[in-house]
Amino acid sequence: MIEVLSSAALATVQDLGRTGSLRWGVGTSGAMDNLALAAGNLLLGNALGAAAIEVPVFPFKVRFGEDCAFALTGADCAARLDDQPLLPWWVHQARAGQVLTLGLPQGGAQRGSRAMLCLAGGVDVPEVLGSRSTQLRGAFGGHEGRALRRGDVLRAAGAGAACKTGFGLVPPALALPLQQGGVPAVRVLPAAEYMGFEPASRAAFWAGEWKITSQSDRYGYRLEGEALRPIAPMELRSHGIVPGVIQVPHSGQPIIQMRDAQPSGGYPKFGTVIEADMWRLGQAPIGSRVRFIETNWEEAVAALDEVRAWLDKVARMVELHRGAPAARR
Amino acid sequence: MIAQRPSLSLLGTTALLFEAPGEMNLNSQQRIWALAHEAQAWPEIREAVPGMNNLMLTFLRPPRGLGALEALEARLRDAWDAAVALPREGRVVELPVVYGGAGGPHMADVVAHTGLSIEQIVELHSAPLYPVYALGSHPGYCYLGGMDARIATPRRKVPVLSIPGGAVSIGGAQTGVSASAGPSGWNTIGSTSMSFFDPAQNPPAALQPGDMIRFRVEGIVR
Repeated sequence: MIEVLSSAALATVQDLGRTGSLRWGVGTSGAMDNLALAAGNLLLGNALGAAAIEVPVFPFKVRFGEDCAFALTGADCAARLDDQPLLPWWVHQARAGQVLTLGLPQGGAQRGSRAMLCLAGGVDVPEVLGSRSTQLRGAFGGHEGRALRRGDVLRAAGAGAACKTGFGLVPPALALPLQQGGVPAVRVLPAAEYMGFEPASRAAFWAGEWKITSQSDRYGYRLEGEALRPIAPMELRSHGIVPGVIQVPHSGQPIIQMRDAQPSGGYPKFGTVIEADMWRLGQAPIGSRVRFIETNWEEAVAALDEVRAWLDKVARMVELHRGAPAARR
Repeated sequence: MIAQRPSLSLLGTTALLFEAPGEMNLNSQQRIWALAHEAQAWPEIREAVPGMNNLMLTFLRPPRGLGALEALEARLRDAWDAAVALPREGRVVELPVVYGGAGGPHMADVVAHTGLSIEQIVELHSAPLYPVYALGSHPGYCYLGGMDARIATPRRKVPVLSIPGGAVSIGGAQTGVSASAGPSGWNTIGSTSMSFFDPAQNPPAALQPGDMIRFRVEGIVR
């Protein structure tokens, strides 16, 4: 088991999300950087969607109550195990009593914003409606339906088991880079109300840099840039939406729905950040700038293939390091 | 402007949105329920999620290629044309509401927009028996049909960061009750207390599409 030693503001237990309960009003939740979660689990030999701890505020400290292999992925946070510096995107072995500290994300303009702490076997919390992700709005799932606090104790399902450690991988930010004009970028498929916006606003959306404001969190990123003006006001009927949808409220400043997004909404939809690029946004720090690249259906589906191919490559690499099948858990 | 034909649009590679043509009404919603029931069984669909006279289909796997996507869209249009209204006779649930005051912080905005008095707004809002059209927004939240158009009020320019559970609110031509605290772009005009969701129950939501809500005036705070 591990004990949370820091105030741990906004750290939550997340897996790949809760699907199939949208009809009850339950959004998906899930890791903001789903690639970091999946890769961390692969490094440990876990199921791809095992639950991990998502850490967005630093420093973050935990004490291991028993021997446990863990993987650190996502933002590079100058991690230390007791006094020993740790490599990011790497599998490590903790001994009982050791303290893991995650510091501020580093890497200058390339830095991420969320670290994933994956544990051998995954974080052992009950499945609720088919997922271990924390449903903050509904106050269920994850650890007691809430963000972690100092003193919380979590169990790793595979603690104590032998696990190959001491290897890692090249993070997806380097393996799958995407920039536009020197600024991190994500691809967007236009949505239903796209043509309802002024031509100048449509042009400005693709040409401009968008600041991720401080009013941004797991629910949504509120952006700041040239206001997007509808040709005429649009008042829509409430309808299903998904993470990635870019809504434009009357203020003209867009909001990107993130993993804790509501499953429905009614503001005009300008476009949708494609699922294959959601991990990039999940790592974009508050105050940083992002650009949007227009894409089409076939490119967007191909981008999902590209992500899957990267994970397959990681899985093969891990197989090599973890050695012969007999040595595996 | 009222569309004459169904509208289909993409929500990235995650989902397809179908919007029924015509005025919003219960008959269209009953056809949406029928369409949801049918589409739920299609192999590429993860979940069919009814909205207000619309239906979101999330993909188990997004159709490969434009041809496959267009074939799915055609199938959806055909299924809509063939859909017969699926009536549901649900329960009637009465909710006591205190209108205005601290529990209804945006009542003044509805007064300003509609030009009606608080009493008139309360009377119009509490008169109908509202059918639950769909669930959405947050766990257990019900979208209701049948609000009087005279109290329709646009969603707020900037969403409110948190409104409490039990908030009775108006967004455009719709009304509803929040099931837990959270952000909202709607105008809150009153409050009630009711538990709408329990993840340990099956189904987890207290109300289903087809159930009915009546708002009983518990009080008016000016």
